[in-house]
Amino acid sequence: MGEVIVITSGKGGVGKTTSSANIGTGLAKLNKKVVLIDTDIGLRNLDVVLGLENRIVYNLVDVIEGNCKIKQALIRDKRYENLFLLPAAQTKDKTSVTPEQMKKLTDELKQDYDYIILDCPAGIEQGFKNAIAGADRALVVTTPEVSAVRDADRIIGLLEANEIKKTHLIVNRLRPDMVKRGDMMSSDDVIDILAIELIGQVPDDESIVVATNNGEPLVGDNSLAGQAYMNICRRITGEQVPFLDLEAKRGLFSWFKKK
Amino acid sequence: MKITDFFKKKSSSDIAKDRLKLVLVSDRASCSPELMQKIRSDIIEVLSKYAEIDMEGIDINITSLDAEDNGGKSAPALYANIPIKNMNHNSKL
Repeated sequence: MGEVIVITSGKGGVGKTTSSANIGTGLAKLNKKVVLIDTDIGLRNLDVVLGLENRIVYNLVDVIEGNCKIKQALIRDKRYENLFLLPAAQTKDKTSVTPEQMKKLTDELKQDYDYIILDCPAGIEQGFKNAIAGADRALVVTTPEVSAVRDADRIIGLLEANEIKKTHLIVNRLRPDMVKRGDMMSSDDVIDILAIELIGQVPDDESIVVATNNGEPLVGDNSLAGQAYMNICRRITGEQVPFLDLEAKRGLFSWFKKK
Repeated sequence: MKITDFFKKKSSSDIAKDRLKLVLVSDRASCSPELMQKIRSDIIEVLSKYAEIDMEGIDINITSLDAEDNGGKSAPALYANIPIKNMNHNSKL
């Protein structure tokens, strides 16, 4: 029996889709059978971040409306044989799907896959309600900014109200240099305020932009962000992994030391 | 500004933290600014029956009760600081 994980944030632009793509891909690299579902109907994006935009035939709404079978709509990623994407519809809106229908779909997928990762739209309206309907656990993504943290707090409250008990935090786009000089909240500051458990801290890394340009998630590569995302995946599977030292300079010296 | 202020200037991340803590307390208590305004004017109305209040100095806010004072749980608390100019001894109680 698989686990349904919703990746949500409240505020837009904090890295939900990037996190979904990397966590889904990372879990597939760990030999788990994964389905990624883009629930952002009308604003589909997960397909381009994964580099699968040219292979879409059917979408989430087609499956819900019964225009096709689930298996027909799932796009298998040729790079990772365990990774599948169910893309969002681009020409419909969030009201084309109900929370009950989403729950039925994820319950069905749970039978055949280890992880069902839902990329949630920004906001707390219908799209959010659809995305959390069948979720067993939630990963809340935030950045160390007041607006994002405030929205994360609201989302955590709503998740609790909807009886999603297992909720963890990802602090994204940390800049260790700014944290060090006191101009950015640290992940400790953020968890102190939000009072939930941390599952990952991802540095602000240029390689993320490059990876998105190329449509290839960087999880598991040598970049700090790639390592951070792989650690998150390991923690999801229950492994105990220490948090990365984001301050470690990756200069020539440390490169030699590693070898 | 004194020279000493320069050295103990709060970092912007501390300011962010403090502001967030305050705003989240009222967010979590789901207390809208309109409701706060109503509470404020009702309190003033009641107190004005008994004393002359310094309107300028009134400070009414929702804050959080410290965890230690509340059996390990932090809860929202109404904090009011209302300076009195004069007790109104003539009022018939």
